[in-house]
Amino acid sequence: MNIKKLLSNRSFKSISASVFAILFGLIIGYIILLISNPAQATRGFIIILNGGFNGGLRGVGNMLHNAMPIILTGLSVGFAFKTGLFNIGASGQFILGAFTAIYIGVKWTFIPSGYLWIVALAGAMIAGALWGAIAGILKAYRNVNEVITSIMLNYIGMYLVNFLVVSTVFDLTRNQSISPVNAYLPSGGMDILFPFSSANIGIIIAVVTAVFMYVILEKTTFGFELKAVGYNREASRYAGINEKRSIILSMMIAGALAGLGGGLLYLSNTGKHIEVVDILASEGFNGIPVALLGLSNPIGIIFSGLFVGHMNMGGFYMQRLRFVPEVIDIMIAIIIYFSALSLAFKSTIENFARKLGGRTK
Amino acid sequence: MTLSTFYFLVQQTMFYSIPLLIVAIGGMYSERSGVVNIALEGIMIIGAFVSIFFMNQMQSTMSGQWLLVLAMLIAAGTGMILSFFHAYASINMKANQVISGTALNLFAPAFAIFTARMLIGVQQVTFMNTYRITEVPVLSAIPILGDLLFKNTYLTTFVGFAILIVATIVLYKTRFGLRLRACGEHPQAADAAGVSVKKMRYVGVLISGALAGLGGLVLMVPVTTAFDGQVAGYGFLALAVLIFGQWRPGRILFAAFFFGLMKTISAAYTGIPILLALGIPSYMFKMTPYLATIVILTFTSKKSAAPKAAGEPYDAGKR
Repeated sequence: MNIKKLLSNRSFKSISASVFAILFGLIIGYIILLISNPAQATRGFIIILNGGFNGGLRGVGNMLHNAMPIILTGLSVGFAFKTGLFNIGASGQFILGAFTAIYIGVKWTFIPSGYLWIVALAGAMIAGALWGAIAGILKAYRNVNEVITSIMLNYIGMYLVNFLVVSTVFDLTRNQSISPVNAYLPSGGMDILFPFSSANIGIIIAVVTAVFMYVILEKTTFGFELKAVGYNREASRYAGINEKRSIILSMMIAGALAGLGGGLLYLSNTGKHIEVVDILASEGFNGIPVALLGLSNPIGIIFSGLFVGHMNMGGFYMQRLRFVPEVIDIMIAIIIYFSALSLAFKSTIENFARKLGGRTK
Repeated sequence: MTLSTFYFLVQQTMFYSIPLLIVAIGGMYSERSGVVNIALEGIMIIGAFVSIFFMNQMQSTMSGQWLLVLAMLIAAGTGMILSFFHAYASINMKANQVISGTALNLFAPAFAIFTARMLIGVQQVTFMNTYRITEVPVLSAIPILGDLLFKNTYLTTFVGFAILIVATIVLYKTRFGLRLRACGEHPQAADAAGVSVKKMRYVGVLISGALAGLGGLVLMVPVTTAFDGQVAGYGFLALAVLIFGQWRPGRILFAAFFFGLMKTISAAYTGIPILLALGIPSYMFKMTPYLATIVILTFTSKKSAAPKAAGEPYDAGKR
């Protein structure tokens, strides 16, 4: 009886779909390792499964630090998904947030250093939100496909940030941004829990933000309106929702989340700087699989972000065996592919069950 | 502007426009059949990677146009294989086409870098450029036109134009083209008329895969001698070209050349004395193609001629 109830539970079905996709991805990843280096494949695979634990408490802390930015870009992409938009532009919003945080951290030293990081993070969120708003405004008023605009904004953002770094906070000898020493994030107790790791208050902020987003989406009228516009723009307008405003606000919130991720990562005292090279910030794109794997649910995204962070650490440690860490990205891509299939499979079963139910009535 | 600068500009523009043209026409086949293919970027990467890897391995024994032709076939074939996964997910499994496409976009660069580093130890796959045609016999003697089109060119340029002409004929003058378009506009009606929607969509996606794979190689050959596991957003630019081109071959040609010119300005402004004299920071030039895309789409998206059923899985029971 209980098992039957569990099986018909919707979130159980969704989660089991994700778990199956992960299993498939892991199996294919193992096969790839077997093909590329049979002798070391099993050891390499165990390293992947152990992820951050390969490095003890320090490794776990580094895993949390690795998960922190992608939880936020995952929330950004997932929030947009929930409201019917595909925010592939998290990369641009992320790097603008990062630049703004660094700029404030370096230049606004009139603010006491205990508070400077808070102001810098607020600036990062505003910058991300404004960058996201461009795609939202064009979508709402000019019907421009947000996927294309946000991809273009990724490139524009990257070149713009390179330009801004060079002209404001540039360390010429290292070809990168200056360290915002007065605005480094506090450790938030993470230095005691995970000694010598990169973890800091950022992971706590990321988790709290996820819970906050969950409440907004699921428990407020505002969140309901944003989701309603995502389901059906015309019906929402008919129901009296200002659908243009909703689209723009959705993109602004998504942008703010990605911008916060950028701010947190670049205000961490871990030697991370904006390098003046023509490469898009990968954290933005890694948010897409995190969001998909977490089924766009903010709580799910905490776990999928930790999972991807865990895998990435596994990829880092498996370089000891001379494996190329990109195998992790291949596995994540395969997991996403199978989760697309299994989600479709799930809805087929649901339709079938509904039809059966209708017939017996 | 001197005449030689003008020729240089046109020749450079070709290098960027032709791959956009080929890939956007690929996207057109897919979207006209009713499947959105945002995996064009990933498919370009795979096509370029496998074919350039082939060149890298074969160039000690072969060179010149025959090697290029073989590489082009390999690029198209590889692209087709990868696009099969997108077709299976979106047509058979009725999966979300954006998610499936994203999975391929994540897969392709990781696969290219992983395989390159595993097989040859480094990420960059290099090749020797033995494919440049300095002068096409006879045709290069035509005044002006000869200088513009038949000097310092590549076989790929002519392949690009051939693909455009074939696409125009296929789409508008054949039974296949009519059926393909019907599947993208109103698949239920096409089905009722006896057309297999599934089969047409498979063909549409596989052609898009072949052309995107080919486009990846065509993009790389004239402008670089090392492939680095990425195509710098060209697959997405091709999607923008497709939208700006309103899903029609003729307008896609125009759109591709517009973006190609923008890209040329951003990449080669140092070779154009007038632009260099302006003293604008290089970042501004680099932004130009992307900024132009947004500006253009802002003014053309309001009345979109997108295929009505693109992106929706086919549901025979829907009215």
